[in-house]
Amino acid sequence: MKKYWKSVEEFHGITVGDNGISEEKHKEEFLELFENGLLRKTSSRRDFFKIFGFSLSSAALAASCKRPVQNAIPYVNHPPEITPGKSLYYATSFFDGHEYSGILVKTRDGRPVKIEGNALSSFNNEGTSARVQASVLSLYDDARLKLPTVDNLPVNWDTLDEQVIKDLSGINSEDGEIVLLTSTINSPSTIKLINEFGTRFKKFRWVQYDTVSYSAILEANLICFGKAAIPDYHFQNAGYVVSVNADFLGTWVSPVHFIPKYTSRRKPDSPGQEMLRHIHFESGMSLTGSNADKRIKIRPSEEKQLLTELYNRIAARQSGKEFQGSAGRYDVSEITESLISSKGKSIVLSGTNNVEIQLLINGINSLLGNYADCIDLNRNLNIASGIDSRVEELVNDLNEGKVKALLMYNVNPVYDYPGSGNFLAGLKNTVVTVNMACSLNETVGKAKYESPVHHYLESWNDAEIIPGQLSLAQPCINPLFDTRSFQESLLKWSGNSLSWHDYLMANWEKEFFQKSDLPDFRKFWEVCLGNGVFSYNISDSKPVSFNKEVLSASINSKVSVGTYGFEVILYESVALGTGLYANNPWLMELPDPVSRHCWDNVAAVSPADAEKLGIITGHLIKIGENLVIPAFIQPGQAEGTVSIALGYGHTNSGPVGDNIGVNVYPFVGLIGGTRVYGFTTGKLENTLKQSQLALTQVHHSMEGRPIVRETVLSRYRSNPSSGNELHEEYELKHRTLYPEVNYDGFHWGLAIDLNSCVGCNSCVIACQAENNIPVVGKAEVRNRRIMHWIKIDRYYSETPDNPKVYFQPLTCQHCDNAPCENVCPVSATNHSSEGLNQMTYNRCIGTKYCINNCPYKVRRFNWFRYTNNKAFDFNTVSDLGKMVLNPDVTVRERGVVEKCSFCVQRIQEKKLLAKLENRTLKDNEIKTACMQACPSGAIVFGNLKDRNSEVSKLFQNPRNYHLLEELHTLPSVGYLTKVWNDEEKKS
Amino acid sequence: MYNKNIRGPLVEGNKTLSQISKEILNPMETTPGLWWYIAFGISLIAALFGFYAIYITVSQGIGTWGVNNSVGWGWEIVNFVWWIGIGHAGTAFSIFLLILRQKWRTSINRAAEAMTVIAVMCAALFPALHMGRVWLAFYIFPYPNTRGPLWVNFNSPLFWDFIAITAYLLISFSFWYLGMLPDFATIRDRTTSKIKKAIYGFFGMGWTGSSHHWIRFESLSFILGGIAAVLVVSVHSIVSTDFAVGIIPGWHATLFPPYFVVGAIFSGFAMVMTLMVFVRKMYSLTDYITDNHMDAIARILVFISLIMGTAYSTEVFVAWYSGNEYEMFTFFRNRITGDYTVQFWGMIICNALIPQLFWFKKIRRSWIGLLIISLIINLGMWYERFNIVVTSLSKDYLPSNWVSYNPTYIEIGVYAGTLGLFLAGILLFFRYIPIMAISEVKSVVNIGTKVED
Repeated sequence: MKKYWKSVEEFHGITVGDNGISEEKHKEEFLELFENGLLRKTSSRRDFFKIFGFSLSSAALAASCKRPVQNAIPYVNHPPEITPGKSLYYATSFFDGHEYSGILVKTRDGRPVKIEGNALSSFNNEGTSARVQASVLSLYDDARLKLPTVDNLPVNWDTLDEQVIKDLSGINSEDGEIVLLTSTINSPSTIKLINEFGTRFKKFRWVQYDTVSYSAILEANLICFGKAAIPDYHFQNAGYVVSVNADFLGTWVSPVHFIPKYTSRRKPDSPGQEMLRHIHFESGMSLTGSNADKRIKIRPSEEKQLLTELYNRIAARQSGKEFQGSAGRYDVSEITESLISSKGKSIVLSGTNNVEIQLLINGINSLLGNYADCIDLNRNLNIASGIDSRVEELVNDLNEGKVKALLMYNVNPVYDYPGSGNFLAGLKNTVVTVNMACSLNETVGKAKYESPVHHYLESWNDAEIIPGQLSLAQPCINPLFDTRSFQESLLKWSGNSLSWHDYLMANWEKEFFQKSDLPDFRKFWEVCLGNGVFSYNISDSKPVSFNKEVLSASINSKVSVGTYGFEVILYESVALGTGLYANNPWLMELPDPVSRHCWDNVAAVSPADAEKLGIITGHLIKIGENLVIPAFIQPGQAEGTVSIALGYGHTNSGPVGDNIGVNVYPFVGLIGGTRVYGFTTGKLENTLKQSQLALTQVHHSMEGRPIVRETVLSRYRSNPSSGNELHEEYELKHRTLYPEVNYDGFHWGLAIDLNSCVGCNSCVIACQAENNIPVVGKAEVRNRRIMHWIKIDRYYSETPDNPKVYFQPLTCQHCDNAPCENVCPVSATNHSSEGLNQMTYNRCIGTKYCINNCPYKVRRFNWFRYTNNKAFDFNTVSDLGKMVLNPDVTVRERGVVEKCSFCVQRIQEKKLLAKLENRTLKDNEIKTACMQACPSGAIVFGNLKDRNSEVSKLFQNPRNYHLLEELHTLPSVGYLTKVWNDEEKKS
Repeated sequence: MYNKNIRGPLVEGNKTLSQISKEILNPMETTPGLWWYIAFGISLIAALFGFYAIYITVSQGIGTWGVNNSVGWGWEIVNFVWWIGIGHAGTAFSIFLLILRQKWRTSINRAAEAMTVIAVMCAALFPALHMGRVWLAFYIFPYPNTRGPLWVNFNSPLFWDFIAITAYLLISFSFWYLGMLPDFATIRDRTTSKIKKAIYGFFGMGWTGSSHHWIRFESLSFILGGIAAVLVVSVHSIVSTDFAVGIIPGWHATLFPPYFVVGAIFSGFAMVMTLMVFVRKMYSLTDYITDNHMDAIARILVFISLIMGTAYSTEVFVAWYSGNEYEMFTFFRNRITGDYTVQFWGMIICNALIPQLFWFKKIRRSWIGLLIISLIINLGMWYERFNIVVTSLSKDYLPSNWVSYNPTYIEIGVYAGTLGLFLAGILLFFRYIPIMAISEVKSVVNIGTKVED
């Protein structure tokens, strides 16, 4: 081979460096440095720099590292409606058998990332509950069922269908009974389909099963009015509400529907309307009880006596007679007077699942004439249809072997049916069992056939929540797994060749199209899909008449008031509800609004009982024979009662929900055919063992500091700034040494009405979903490192015996004079020209000085790497879980500080839109995630520079104040004082 | 007639100059005793624990510590301030006593300066480690960069801190190192080992002891001394602004700069005393570090202790006098009473009360007494920093944010590691660097001894 060379050195085989010095020479010099330099008697400045430079550069070389490569794959066929970086919103409906909301689903690049309320849905307006907000995460849950199975072995759909059809027809030919057990279904098309499905078999029964039952209301209304329905309660028409054990702002029936109506009447300043006064009787401390003007503690066993007395007093007053009879523990004469003086404008309701009690409630309400304006049986709520006795009957029939085939959809009786052992035993007597569930639960694996269903965001559906108010549900993403909707399966198994989508469309064309005034069905369908909702007028049926006869029996029946032992109340928690979403880490980490703990269920005991039994929070207590659960001292808990949340203690729900807390469904009792959510026990022991609870707030008093400012209506009338005198004082003291910053254009601000906020926590989850806030797990919550950017502080005042409760949403105050900003050494947090206190994650080196210097302590630190970290395997580790991340918001790295940004991505989006459309921004056009989710409209965001914006007006309100304004931090968040209604109604 | 024997001689035992060289260099020229190896072993184990803790901290995150959403700073800042305080001794000794013409400093200042350098290095470890992203720590350097108009925040006390500590470390290191040049040259000339000759020769920078060298040496000492004198006051003043500039009750106090500086000198002197008690015992240097020396340090300590007591009571008084409910809460319900009484009363007892025992000559002259009280002062000063950093943060403005703070073993590990490093550094210093400035000791050898007519 020919040799090429370009210099003589190269020819001789000496390699030459760029500067012409041979590398040999280099080596020599390098060695000289050590050999010569150090051994010389003197060392020169040059030597020093040589060694210094060598060490530094070798350290730099040794420290360099590589980053993994990630690929973004572009579309081959670009769907026309998708513009990368732009969100698409689909209107759909949420109904999981317990809770309904009309919603908009925000999708980005084909994947749903956020749920918003559908403003066109009159049911919930824009408000959503925490669970609805979190439902998008359940779509990306690894615990979802991914393919059909027979005898727990994977099969394809054809095989499954073939076998099911063969089995069902076999049973049918032998006259065996086929039972369909579902959660409540309010979809008119599905109901029609089920009925059609049923007619194909000789013996078919459809049983609806509600995990938390409203059976007594349904039955009582059937007895009284001939209609088994849950009425709608129009709080907006009521001036006086008496509620007993019904947490209608937290969990009862449909809080997201009730909260806006309730809070619309809780404003002290709305013209022409008197503020609603709310009296609440309960045992445990609920969200509703916390919001009531007057909260009275009762034991569950006292309820009937209380309502009987109330009924008798009202009846006596109306007939002009003096009240005769025994008076109970509580003086209800004042309440009687108020109810009578607000006749027709009041609501009395009870959440107890007891027919006699519900009959009494109906009696009281009809005496007061509330069925005209305030309680609506005509436009009732189709939220629960399960009748407890029918479920009992089914379980009995199962055990007697009468049922040959059981098809289950969206139910989990193995976990939440009180006699689940009984149910399981009965299941063995069937020939065929089919389970149709979306996600892993305790019932999964118990049936022969598993026919996994779509998540609701993948399915077509419709719903009729209130007669005449229809809504559609449409898929917002292609099914992620090999699943099939429940209705599709029914169609297949009944031999119907229509797809569920076509069936649904055909049904709408037949049933509802004629009710619209649109010319052709295609148009109608498109409009309905676009709006998500469709409503038509239903004719008012005849005014309901009340059957008084039925009352006498229940009034005269003996009342036994518990006088010994403990009465245990089993309730739904605001976060987890019935426990359907136990594997949802957002909900699992959502602190209970009142007790402020998460990742557990606890036994709430009253402070007096705790003292008697030597219990401190965290002690494991033994209730009855076999219920061991950590105790929690709950101020306001009635003496002699214990409250425990349902929905915990799963064994097969997925990695997040399993073995967290205790399942108390087995303790649900059965009296007179209805389920009773509670029991009585004489035995309550302190085992003295400690359990570690994840408490997010451990101090409950405001220490006399003006944190939540409050007044009462009577004082408010004479002085709207009562309770808020300090504000004016501090405004007068407003001085600064520095030139005041002048914002031109925008100055963003947020007003929070403490009177409207009921503390439902949906803003917390909305913020978590919007801003990619990680879940940190129980241990880290215990270390007080929960990441929520907005939290709802809860304070108590007065005595622990029955305290007043205050809720205060706390988020970054975006101070114009922010203490965090001037202490950051690298200017990673700074002030925008629009008054935002912003975090530059890239610049942050994590000194945490800003966290310390924030008087509100709203800054959060990324203590660990929460993404792709096996130690935090919640939703940011698997590729599936990460699909929920909002691409508009950076996922923060370990070691940086983060906090509320006033949803700056939303501000930017709308600003750009306005700019493109060459117009100015409208007020209320930009909505922060918390504001949008808030069912009560307590949070208002907007431009403070615009004097006419809603937020500016609220800032001018005499009730407005700033948190810790004495520090002169000049927050951009304002709070409106809490006004309690202290005025009894007078005639 | 002026050489009245009031304080006793500074060097006892009528030493000749060569005897001084020999005795001071003795620890370097002989094999150390068993105790040295044991102590060094212990310090290495502690340092290893520290390295493990640092590894966990850097590889997993600050989450391995006990700090949380409300208490963002815990042991790491407590220890940082504590070490910085200890790091005040050397310079204070050299400069203040130099200015005050206290010749007795000569036998102590070298060790004190070494302690300063090692302590400040230990201290500097904490602000680096407490950063969430320590690998980006260079963002704090104010240097022209390509990241747009990004510049450090000159308003931030942390930035001042960084500058102050860096400057202090550089100056005190230079001061210490340059002061050693003549001694390095002495070793170089005395040693027979080739390696030692090379090493000490390198560090000796070619010192020959010529008049030129001495003149330059003297003037450099004055220049550095002048700068360092300012720094002694400024460093801890600036460290105090980390808190004083904050808005948190218990931090926001104008008293802090002098209070911190005095506190720092207090802890520094106490640490010097601890060290000296050992050095004079272990190396039989009682002729050089005499009882009078120890007595003098004890006198200074009792005086500073009074200032500390005054500062503590002033703080509490101002909290009450201001009528500020948050300050009142912090001092009266979270320090004097409440969850952190141990730390508060520990601070008062260790710093303001126990050092008062130094009024008694018997205790000033008892090495056990000196040792115990100096250790107690260091404990007390640790409590003081804990009080300031943690109690203020744990219960500040909004009660919903109140938390308690407990360190994890990782934080304890880092602290133990710095203690180990410190001890190891000191032991190596004894072994490889002259404990005293030989040339300076020689210059005071006659002071206080009887002058023959």
